[in-house]
Amino acid sequence: MFEYAPAPESRSIVDLAPSYGLFIDGEFGEAKDTFKTVNPADEQVLAEVALASPEDVDRAVAAARRAFAGWSALPGSERAKYLFRIARILQERARELAVLESLDNGKPIRESRDVDLPLVAAHFFYYAGWADKLKYAGFGSDPRPLGVAGQVIPWNFPLLMLAWKIAPALATGNTVVLKPAETTPLSALFFADVCRQAELPPGVVNIVTGAGDTGRYLVEHPDVNKVAFTGSTEVGRQIARSVAGTGKRLTLELGGKAANIVFDDAPIDQAVEGIVNGIFFNQGHVCCAGSRLLVQESIAEELLSSLKRRMATLRVGDPLDKNTDIGAINSAAQLARITELSEIGAAEGAERWSPPCELPDRGFWFPPTIFTGVTQAHRIAREEIFGPVLSVLTFRTPAEAVEKANNTPYGLSAGIWSDKGSQILAVADKLRAGVVWANTFNKFDPTSPFGGYKESGYGREGGRHGLEAYLA
Amino acid sequence: MPKSSKTAPAVAERSRLAVRKTYKLYVGGKFPRSESGRTYLVDGDNVALASRKDARDAVVAARAAQPKWAGATAYNRGQVLYRVAEMIEARRAEFAALGVAPVEVDAVIDRWVWYAGWSDKVAQVAGGANPVAGPFFNISAPEPTGVVGVIAPSSLLGLVSVIAPAIVTGNTVVVVASNPQAAITLAEVLATSDVPGGVVNILTGRGAEIAPWLASHDDVNALDLSGVDDAGLATELERAAAGTLKRVLRPVSGVDYTGDPGTGPMTALLEIKTVWHPKGF
Repeated sequence: MFEYAPAPESRSIVDLAPSYGLFIDGEFGEAKDTFKTVNPADEQVLAEVALASPEDVDRAVAAARRAFAGWSALPGSERAKYLFRIARILQERARELAVLESLDNGKPIRESRDVDLPLVAAHFFYYAGWADKLKYAGFGSDPRPLGVAGQVIPWNFPLLMLAWKIAPALATGNTVVLKPAETTPLSALFFADVCRQAELPPGVVNIVTGAGDTGRYLVEHPDVNKVAFTGSTEVGRQIARSVAGTGKRLTLELGGKAANIVFDDAPIDQAVEGIVNGIFFNQGHVCCAGSRLLVQESIAEELLSSLKRRMATLRVGDPLDKNTDIGAINSAAQLARITELSEIGAAEGAERWSPPCELPDRGFWFPPTIFTGVTQAHRIAREEIFGPVLSVLTFRTPAEAVEKANNTPYGLSAGIWSDKGSQILAVADKLRAGVVWANTFNKFDPTSPFGGYKESGYGREGGRHGLEAYLA
Repeated sequence: MPKSSKTAPAVAERSRLAVRKTYKLYVGGKFPRSESGRTYLVDGDNVALASRKDARDAVVAARAAQPKWAGATAYNRGQVLYRVAEMIEARRAEFAALGVAPVEVDAVIDRWVWYAGWSDKVAQVAGGANPVAGPFFNISAPEPTGVVGVIAPSSLLGLVSVIAPAIVTGNTVVVVASNPQAAITLAEVLATSDVPGGVVNILTGRGAEIAPWLASHDDVNALDLSGVDDAGLATELERAAAGTLKRVLRPVSGVDYTGDPGTGPMTALLEIKTVWHPKGF
């Protein structure tokens, strides 16, 4: 492997304040309690952030309610122009926000710069265009907004998940109260500043930072009409229970345990790249990660040796280094979970392998890891690890591949690698998953709907279909 | 010999002599004079009077630009159209000086924004999967028809309302404009808005003189007659267009360009392509 000189992206482009308040009704305000957000790559505190109390959430929901009448009454073409403005500002501030995201989340700058931020801006651009075209979207001739949306997002793609939530909500005339994840609150607070730059009317977007309790209070708030949540299946279940009987509309984008199926006629090198991208992209902190590799038995040996060779070239380390492939694990808690499940994998009899790989002394790190000899009963084949850990299983026939792929309570995504188009389409038909990638993986686009079957949640985000969740 | 409508102020009033704009054609991203050397007088300006040869040159430019423009991502085309809106916003005074009312400039800007948003949505509204009775993947998606000849309405809003829906989906256009100063000012906007040269070509001159050459041109795929007021001429042009089975948009009398344009102006200039692929092992 070549030695690479360090190529760090400068963090000076981000001007971090020592503390941040809540963004309610167009203003940043203090809260009684605060918490700290750290850089997972070195455990240094980045800033203090307000911990929203129930009263703070009340104020935010009330502000969103007040703003709703005016915002929903605006002509769609005017709402569109606000969203286009936001898209443009996000494009203009993309580098700053990418660095910020890598600082707070730990993801490689190459990904925050080349994936997250471009998709964030594109998402606003796409939904901006829908704001004055809703009657053409196929949801009736006079689609109406729902009201106040309470939105809770995860830490793996903080700003992108914000975009997925806020852009369609605003385009359709709803107002929002959004709670970013406890470990990654900063980009949402910078987004609040973007809203101010765009002169978005106060109260249309409110950002409340906090932990699980803040989120629970928001989704259970009686004056919230719509709940949108991305996160774990367990929390999703709790939210679905709490929403029952309230008449609130609900969309959930939850966990996954995607099968990435490689047939014997697949182009091996391309498949290896796809497998690596599928599980090691964003440290594997991806709900649709291809975390179960299903390889046709006849090519398993060849494929695994290529995969290991490729894994040995992955660079783990400083998220702000432009050469880094795998950054920091987002939090100590997540690192503990990955570590625990990996130990269980080995204890249950699967064979663990990681390339030789030096990890930094400080911060939260986990090497890219694969388990071979995994059976369907193993916990590492059933539970979402949400880290850079791949479980490898084999199959002999397409029917067996489909059977194994669907043998999970999840149904978010799947991958198929084959040179035979008819086989790809036949397998895709049989997979119980909301997104199926063929000869590619982890592709996202604002025009393309995303969401899961079964216990991976319900509703779709993105595309024309993504409007439906915010329309009556 | 035409008489100028401009009357010269007395020498004493002249503090600084203004530099006037030369109104030329807009073809292939450049501003050439008419190859014929002709001009005509419009509101005191000598404006290039396009000829048959200019029209043919413009079709060549439009055809050359078309594959790359259609091949750009819908997202990219949308951003380019949005950029046009941004640039017009910055040139409001220029359009006002040409007598375009502020409310019309507003509508023109919003029209570009409206179509910018359609770039990556029209396929989702006009295309889709077809549940054929067999083991086939079957999907229909719209594609641009190609080069569109446009006889444009006389207002700036009308002009934009025929150009934007044609190009947003990846067509390129040759436009005959009857409001030359506003049209060429719009061309200057387009030239500075990342619209690739040749995507929009604007000819100033007499519609009745140029249109027949576009209508019968073998390398033009569609003809928009929105700006043809003379019913007899429209029929003649439609008949000429039949020679290569061009898609023809007939003029609609009394059309109100301030209203919601709907999807018709876009879909009229689209081809639907359906792809079949077997499913099975």
